[in-house]
Amino acid sequence: MSETYAHPNYIKIWFWLLILLALSVAGPMLEIPALTILTAFGIAVVKAFLVAANFMHLKFEKKIIWFLLILSMCLLGVFFFGAAPDVMMTEGDQWIDCIADKSCVEQRL
Amino acid sequence: MSTHGPIATHRSATGVPSGRLAIWWLLASEIFIFGGLVVCFVLFKLNGTPGFEDASLTSTAAGAINTFVLLTSSLSIVLAHAAIEKGDSAKSFTYIWYTIGGGFVFLGIKAYEYTGKILHGHTLTDNLFWSFYYTMTGLHALHVIGGMVIMALISFDIRKGHNYQRVELIGIYWHFVDLVWIFLFPLLYIANF
Repeated sequence: MSETYAHPNYIKIWFWLLILLALSVAGPMLEIPALTILTAFGIAVVKAFLVAANFMHLKFEKKIIWFLLILSMCLLGVFFFGAAPDVMMTEGDQWIDCIADKSCVEQRL
Repeated sequence: MSTHGPIATHRSATGVPSGRLAIWWLLASEIFIFGGLVVCFVLFKLNGTPGFEDASLTSTAAGAINTFVLLTSSLSIVLAHAAIEKGDSAKSFTYIWYTIGGGFVFLGIKAYEYTGKILHGHTLTDNLFWSFYYTMTGLHALHVIGGMVIMALISFDIRKGHNYQRVELIGIYWHFVDLVWIFLFPLLYIANF
């Protein structure tokens, strides 16, 4: 069995998660785009933290688990910022639009 | 350290029992699978790729109900873990089957959603948004099904008095499945930015 620690009040955590869910659904009804983004993704981060810390018992875990998860997310960040310039930047001397210029595909094969 | 019981519970080179370390390791790899999809989705959306305005066609109500179902099933599996820590396998068995029931409700709503969308012509190849929608929610649904099957196997195992530690391990996995949905919900159902 796992180590002993005081279990959080799971019902209370669940109740807070439902309140946050209601807020995230109500946010877009105000039709303010910035507020929608904030209530949608900001609340998702808070909900994820509540689930991970309390239900997954991450707040009781050893540092190696935190290290493992933070490393995974950092590598995901590397993937994002590595791929973003290629997807987002479509101007400049080095940019070749292979969809418009089919010959560039043949050159690279 | 005790040397009795399954090796997953007492062998520990890191201070974390090897069984639990393995499940966290699995989840770290899952971050790349779902995270990679989410990152690609965001990149294409920020790039103004046509089709992403179809996010307004998904049903926020269905997504919200499914979020409620998964959050509640997360509660029941953590209560199953709390019960088994006290040695109450019968109570834990019941909570595990509440969780599996939640999985069935989730999949039922998802199937209803899929049917409606497909009948309206929004299939996997309709545009990039629907490709992402079906890939992300489909992969997530496969994880739900996998979790339900493993939970059922574990429930019968604990009733015989075996491998109590597995309730915690499948619980951690199930919460991760819940976490993924917590991010898919705003991405696909709410924030049509």
